[in-house]
Amino acid sequence: MADTDLSVASHASTALKHHFDDSEQQLESSTLGMWVFLLTEIMFFGGMFGAYTVYRNLYPAAFASTSHYMNVTLGATNTAVLIFSSLTMALAVRSAQLGQKRALLSFLTFTLILGLVFLSIKYVEYHEKWVDHHIPGPGFHYAEPQYFHQAQILFFLYFAMTGLHALHMIVRAGLLITLIAMAARNRFSAGWYTPVEMIGLYWHFVDIVWIFLFPLLYLIGRTMR
Amino acid sequence: MTHQVVPVRTYVAVFAALIALTIATVLISGIDLGEYNFIIALTIAVTKGSLVVWFFMHVNQSSSLTRLFVGAGFFWMLILLMFVLSDYLSRGWLPGPRWW
Repeated sequence: MADTDLSVASHASTALKHHFDDSEQQLESSTLGMWVFLLTEIMFFGGMFGAYTVYRNLYPAAFASTSHYMNVTLGATNTAVLIFSSLTMALAVRSAQLGQKRALLSFLTFTLILGLVFLSIKYVEYHEKWVDHHIPGPGFHYAEPQYFHQAQILFFLYFAMTGLHALHMIVRAGLLITLIAMAARNRFSAGWYTPVEMIGLYWHFVDIVWIFLFPLLYLIGRTMR
Repeated sequence: MTHQVVPVRTYVAVFAALIALTIATVLISGIDLGEYNFIIALTIAVTKGSLVVWFFMHVNQSSSLTRLFVGAGFFWMLILLMFVLSDYLSRGWLPGPRWW
């Protein structure tokens, strides 16, 4: 696979590893393996969601209070950006299936740009929290002193959950750059595009995490009192 | 089993549904519906997540084995949350919802 002298056609035919019956079985194995990895990610984020559920119910008043400092406009914009990036990623996989290299490259690049737009908006949000002294720790200030400690726990959960998500965004941006480089070197064909499909699964999974983070962190506390 | 090429309009329709649900969840969150705010927000999130899993992640074309793994993952996540909550709630560490 690392040989540089392989032509596109021969590469497609050698993409089938000898321990698989056919390319269908090979793709099936990759898909299953990728999903097993995603399950570990579900468990990983599940611990965070569990901690969030406990503390939100333990301190409902403080949770309602911190919810007023979440920027719903930026959060909703970011949700739309991610959903759009999921669409372009799905279209990138489709282009790979059809063996359309130019479309694949442009969809992958567009998806990468949307991922970076998300991270930039996230940076603006984090900066807002920094300016308002809403980062848990010695510099923390809070308008309602009775929630000083509880609010720090809830802001900590906000940063831990969105930060872990942002870390995944950075990782998958790196994976996408690798895909773009591979696509530019004609590594994919209609017969073999497994990495595009697998990284596509990872891309969509990270979007699903955000689909749950957005209502839980930004929306459900808006009307609480 | 083999991944068929899905028409672009399917993807665009799913995208439109996801955007519509996002707008709906933001608008509904501004209205005070008590406990229902949480229930509606989570129902919409589960619907959106399912759309992504089913169409964008091609689980609708996957083998039964893959589907079993996907289902098991989300089911185990539910077990995690249920058991944590049943522990906290039954010890009286958490204030129960208003309608309890």
